[in-house]
Amino acid sequence: MKASAVAYRLLQLVPVLLGVSVIVFLMMWLTPGDPVEVMLAGQQATAEQAASLRHDMGLDQPPLQRFAVFLGNALTGNFGLSFFHRRPVADVIAERLPATIELTLAALVIALLIAIPLGVVAAVKRGSLFDRLATVGSLFGVSLPGFWFGILLLIPFSVNLKLLPVSGRSSLSCEVAPITHLLVLDSLLRGQLACAGEALRFLTLPAITLALPTAAVLMRVMRASMLEVLRSDYVAFAEAKGLSPRRVLLRHALKNALAPTVTVAAIETGSLLGGNMVVETVFGWPGLGRLVVESIFVRNYPLVQAAVLLYAVTYVLLNFAADILYTRLNPKVEL
Amino acid sequence: MIETAPETLLSIKELRTCFPTRAGLVTAVDGVSLDVRAGECLGVVGESGSGKSVTFSSVIGLVRRPGYIAGGSVTFRGRELTALSPAELRAVRGREIAMTMQDALTALNPALTIEEQIVEVLLAHAVDLPRAGRKAEARRRAVDMLRLVGIASPETRIGDYPHQFSGGMRQRIMIAIALACRPMLLIADEPTTALDVTIQAQVLELIADLRRQLGMSVVLITHDLGVVAEYADRLAVMYAGQVVETGPTRAVLDSPRHPYTRGLLGSIPRLSDLDAPIRPIEGQAPELVSAGEGCRFASRCPMAVGACYARIDLVDVGPGRAARCIRALETAA
Amino acid sequence: MSAIPASPALRAAGPASPGRLGLQTFLANRMSLASAVIVLLILAAAVAAPLVAPHDPNETDLLRRLQPPAWLEGGEWSYLFGCDALGRDILSRIVFGARVSIFIGVAVVALATAIGIALGLAAGYLRGWTDIAISRVVDVLLGFPYLIFAIALMAMMGPGLQNIVLALVYKEWVIPCRVVRGETLAMRQTEFVEAARAVGATRGRIMFGEILPNILSPVIVVATIRMAHVIILEASLSFLGLGVQPPTASWGSMVADGRAFILDAWWVSTFPGLAILVLVLAINVASQGLRDAFDPKIND
Repeated sequence: MKASAVAYRLLQLVPVLLGVSVIVFLMMWLTPGDPVEVMLAGQQATAEQAASLRHDMGLDQPPLQRFAVFLGNALTGNFGLSFFHRRPVADVIAERLPATIELTLAALVIALLIAIPLGVVAAVKRGSLFDRLATVGSLFGVSLPGFWFGILLLIPFSVNLKLLPVSGRSSLSCEVAPITHLLVLDSLLRGQLACAGEALRFLTLPAITLALPTAAVLMRVMRASMLEVLRSDYVAFAEAKGLSPRRVLLRHALKNALAPTVTVAAIETGSLLGGNMVVETVFGWPGLGRLVVESIFVRNYPLVQAAVLLYAVTYVLLNFAADILYTRLNPKVEL
Repeated sequence: MIETAPETLLSIKELRTCFPTRAGLVTAVDGVSLDVRAGECLGVVGESGSGKSVTFSSVIGLVRRPGYIAGGSVTFRGRELTALSPAELRAVRGREIAMTMQDALTALNPALTIEEQIVEVLLAHAVDLPRAGRKAEARRRAVDMLRLVGIASPETRIGDYPHQFSGGMRQRIMIAIALACRPMLLIADEPTTALDVTIQAQVLELIADLRRQLGMSVVLITHDLGVVAEYADRLAVMYAGQVVETGPTRAVLDSPRHPYTRGLLGSIPRLSDLDAPIRPIEGQAPELVSAGEGCRFASRCPMAVGACYARIDLVDVGPGRAARCIRALETAA
Repeated sequence: MSAIPASPALRAAGPASPGRLGLQTFLANRMSLASAVIVLLILAAAVAAPLVAPHDPNETDLLRRLQPPAWLEGGEWSYLFGCDALGRDILSRIVFGARVSIFIGVAVVALATAIGIALGLAAGYLRGWTDIAISRVVDVLLGFPYLIFAIALMAMMGPGLQNIVLALVYKEWVIPCRVVRGETLAMRQTEFVEAARAVGATRGRIMFGEILPNILSPVIVVATIRMAHVIILEASLSFLGLGVQPPTASWGSMVADGRAFILDAWWVSTFPGLAILVLVLAINVASQGLRDAFDPKIND
């Protein structure tokens, strides 16, 4: 794949991203009544504060101009002031982002670790008891309400056995100087093994809860693509060459079967972003998802808008990355 | 080459391969017996579904699930292949008996380079490779093999992926892979079906050349009688899971003894009388689920009589020839 | 050179219409059939909720606060699954909550499918600018993670039954639309459509009279699968407090209510969550059966 092809695909993202920002911008119109009044309801704010908020949000300007300002601000990462936090929205989001990234990455790793081996074995032993159990398991996985399952997990592991903490991200005793802002990684990089273990204990339940539905989807994709690959002529030819079953499976079949799974995994990361809001709320995880949910209840609209835009841009880029990955893993597909 | 009585390399006796399906058990290969002699080219002809490919997948133990070998024996150089363990069978596959598939486009792994796909078969069978520098030596042989099958500048092209080659070149590469370990028997399953006519001839010539150079035997599985007439020493005609006629190619084509063979020849335009109307065989091959004891061709046969619906075995109809027809001898020309 | 014509020697015989065959396949799949029965039972309970529920779902009784399920110490058989923090009967609230889940599932999928069919047919049959415009909007909407989009809309519009339906339909229609567009594109060149065009049928007649009936089965299969997704989305919104407002019983908000008491009254959260799982699982299994029976080519 050539750099020019990648550049062309990147260019195609521009109208989509523009459309996404139009929609995020338009969302404000859905609020019943004057957004500023709604936002300030219940908070003792002066008329001056209201006027300055109205000005900050650009509400005192005509719509098209407002959109231009919104877009310009978005491009420069300026989302105005979070009235509630009395700090710039961008700063508040940046502070919460690493926790969400850490949780999402952990969930993605767990989902892949579950899905790939189970999908491969289910396909190889097609029709066996294992295969049927895995299929039933994946149906449960996609049908589980994550918020409920997270609560259920708390009962044995946190309440009865007291193995894992109920909520939060770290204990006070652990102070790790940030490098990547991902606690587990930073603790390891700084050689603070005890803190890494502690951070992992906090991470375990939320990450598993978040991972399960994705693992179920990915397992189905892995099983289906593996089945297709196992039926292919090149696997039959590899067998006719007298290669070991291990090599046929890992080198010939798995490499081809992974392409759809990795692609779907990149796309599914988007639904992990959505799942974050619920899971972070259940486990008191101090990430962006919980921040958004909290902001909704204090009617902190600029923050909600900024976060939704950030999520959508990330999602679009993830889908783009999925495309690139797919062509990388599949040399016969040209962009 | 030695011209004394050629030894039998592969001997298939009463082979039965079955596939359970929704409609019932399908016996795709039903009591097939065939010999392949050292150095010869055996043509196996039949319609798709006649069991010709399944017969030879059974030989190397690669019947697709849920199919299985239900009976019979396969001896290769005196060894009973159906009794071998999976590991022992793997040592035979690719090393002593190689197979090429119908379509190289789908038979070559799209995600691996040509180099990896040739080298891996050399490494798997560790064909007298030196301890030190095994991989380098395997690569050198891979390049030689590619050159042998006619790939231009193989040293550089060996790093390419299958999709970077043309259809004919891919077919050559597949043959190179199959022959990398210098097998004694090559099973070429429909080697020309996926190719256009001009390239068909090139690939068949290549196989014939290599057969002479490497002194191997070839089983040419095809539905194309023209190919068989040109390249096979002997031929076997299969119909509905059974061999209906075998013998030296020339003799069988000159005076076919089974009505099905005659029908096949009738549906081929002869160069001698291109104006004669082509007569395809009427009717359809029987459902194998319901195949009975009698002649399976009887329902389509213009000469069928009541006795055709009783059990019929292969009968000798000449030197080295046999046909599965009760009227074979009376129809002798 | 000439070749022997292939003959379908291995093909199973027996003519049957696809619909009839599909129904037979579906009925033969016992898991799917059982699941369909479960879905229908829940549907019946939801419709007849006032008759089925043993108590008024909103009747509070502080003496019964966090009363355990019947089989535990302190439980009563007339309050099978126990009571919540306000002493309301959990079973009755689950029965009434089914109304919310099923209403939203059906309303969202029905509206979205209607929109999706209209726009998908237009995009796939008319092509040109219509297709470009519709496809661009679809691309943009696909740029949002679903739950985040719904949460954002609910945040702006405020809670309420009607708003949930709207918030979900705004994005949901994209899914049937893509299916319909793809099927229509394939159907466009078929002989019977060409024939209809040749005899001068109007575009509307071709789209809705000729194409639509022939692409319905994948659309219906997709709709049933989506119903399961929508029910989970609604439950998630209600869990976050962005859904139906109290005191109306909804399964998601019931789980949220029970969170605070998870240490000493596990049943408050557990049973409504189980209800979501059972309904969604039953829909998923039944729709898988439908898909196997009527439309083997669709994959998730």
